[in-house]
Amino acid sequence: MKRLLSIAPLLVAIIAIQLLCAATGTLYYLTQMTMSAYYALLIIGLCVLMGYAGQISLGHGGFFAIGGYISAALTTHNLEPLQENVLVAALNSLGLLHAGVDLYGGTFLVVTPWVACIVAILAAVLISYLIGVPVLKLKGHYLAMATLGFGIIIYRVVLASEYFGEADGISGVPGFTLVPGLTVSGDFSGRIQNYYIAWGLLIIGLILLLNLIDSRVGRALRAIHGSSEAADAMGVNTARFKIQTFVLSAVFAAIAGVFLTHYNGGIGPSEASVMKSVRYVALVAVGGMAHLWGALTMGVLLNFLSLRGVFGSYDDAVFGLILILIMLFAPNGILSLRWRPGLAKQVDEKGDG
Amino acid sequence: MNLLQVDQLHKRFGGLHAVSDVSFAVRQGQIKAVIGPNGAGKTTLFNLISGALPVTSGRVIFKGKAIQGKKPYQIASRGIARTYQNIKMFSGMTALENVMVGRHTRSRAGFMASMFNLPGTPAEERAIRAQAMDLLQLLDIADVADIPATSLAFGQQRAVELARALAMEPELLLLDEPAAGLNIYETAEVGRLISKIRDLGITVLLVEHDMSLVMDISDEIVVLSFGQKIAEDLPAAIQQNPDVIKIYLGEE
Repeated sequence: MKRLLSIAPLLVAIIAIQLLCAATGTLYYLTQMTMSAYYALLIIGLCVLMGYAGQISLGHGGFFAIGGYISAALTTHNLEPLQENVLVAALNSLGLLHAGVDLYGGTFLVVTPWVACIVAILAAVLISYLIGVPVLKLKGHYLAMATLGFGIIIYRVVLASEYFGEADGISGVPGFTLVPGLTVSGDFSGRIQNYYIAWGLLIIGLILLLNLIDSRVGRALRAIHGSSEAADAMGVNTARFKIQTFVLSAVFAAIAGVFLTHYNGGIGPSEASVMKSVRYVALVAVGGMAHLWGALTMGVLLNFLSLRGVFGSYDDAVFGLILILIMLFAPNGILSLRWRPGLAKQVDEKGDG
Repeated sequence: MNLLQVDQLHKRFGGLHAVSDVSFAVRQGQIKAVIGPNGAGKTTLFNLISGALPVTSGRVIFKGKAIQGKKPYQIASRGIARTYQNIKMFSGMTALENVMVGRHTRSRAGFMASMFNLPGTPAEERAIRAQAMDLLQLLDIADVADIPATSLAFGQQRAVELARALAMEPELLLLDEPAAGLNIYETAEVGRLISKIRDLGITVLLVEHDMSLVMDISDEIVVLSFGQKIAEDLPAAIQQNPDVIKIYLGEE
């Protein structure tokens, strides 16, 4: 209940933005707001990993791509020629496949989006666990480099594999009907609906993570960050908590990938590029590392500006610059910058203390 | 009954024998002190018992089971808590939150239970908070509960660290120089506190430089010098022991 109260201003803002756009005939803004919300879902997950568990990942673009590409591939690749295959037949009889007719009258048989979504999430869990166990033993620069390496591998895999559409990526991804009447897709008619689906998902994610950091687990994570040695001596299984957090953040990234891919109707290799991963790290840093609200606000705001094309061809350069400026002038995030009263006053306050 | 038994414990760093075949036992309910000049291997001994360092050879037996080679978190969950000579607060957390972390092994909410606030989780969380608050009260620092732990005065940080260790409800408490950096009044207070902790039924093993404190509260004392045990006796006997006098005052 208290949690709902704390997010009330956000709910009001979400509805106000939609109404404002409707009133001013600028509903097209909702498209970028929807996409930004999905990116922000990844960013708040990464925020818990970086800010609370204190582990950096330069590979989260990879997990986003795992989610997006797997659901795109499964929901578009026609299984009809494989109908005789035992596995395909079994899936079909279980109702996990969807048969239809395309624009040219050809019939097709594909995996339903729900099944594809679950497979994508399970793949993210499995891969992040397998990567996390060896990699999270590393610290600082070494962890950054190892996760960067993972991101590069995913990028090259989707770029090189025919199954994932090589340089073209995958297009023609169908809508994802969550429940009858609620479909994640880029149809103009569903623009408002999709805006609320994206923000609804982001808010659910936010509530779950807020709950997490306020709990025994959250305390353990912050303790690891504060003093890994002392946390260990308090009985905190630091290795396990780091891995669980890594997997959790990978799942957030994968879900964001799944939904955004259905919304956009496709996915391309740029989503897996290292620059994307760097951007996510920059956005967590701008938000203040251990600051879910900051990560959410900055994640939405800067992604929105980027998607609107405000930064033009300097898009990636802008995020690089942001990262440098934040590290230099506001290592605790841009929201930590306050209007500073005169220096003399600060000295006075210190003297009194 | 021996709660802890250290058996032929040995730790070598390259050519340096930091702890050399040390054996002693700590009985249930005892306050036992380890003393010795700087570099005698006292802190290393603690790190071996708590699992922070791997042993080179020898055994550590706690409640009848060998624990050497176990990870620190496993040893902690078996009932051994410790404090540090250089206080290790969890930065970015309040005094109360620091102590709440101490309840980790005595509570169980995991990722799913915490995220979805599953039944039982809020009640457990309230209990953790109440127990941590009680401990802050016991140590007379309840008024700083909501202050970031790293910005507290030194003595208060020591108290938070102690409360945090007590929150684990340990059977054995390892105190690494609990009076370091404290003035004589605070040191006397720490002495009373340690006796109080023993009265709670917690066995205490401490490393300490302050002789008056050690002689005051310890039931037995182990003396280390250059990694070797040179004496183990009652405080009064240790004070008369010529070997001990020699290493502390030098030979004539």
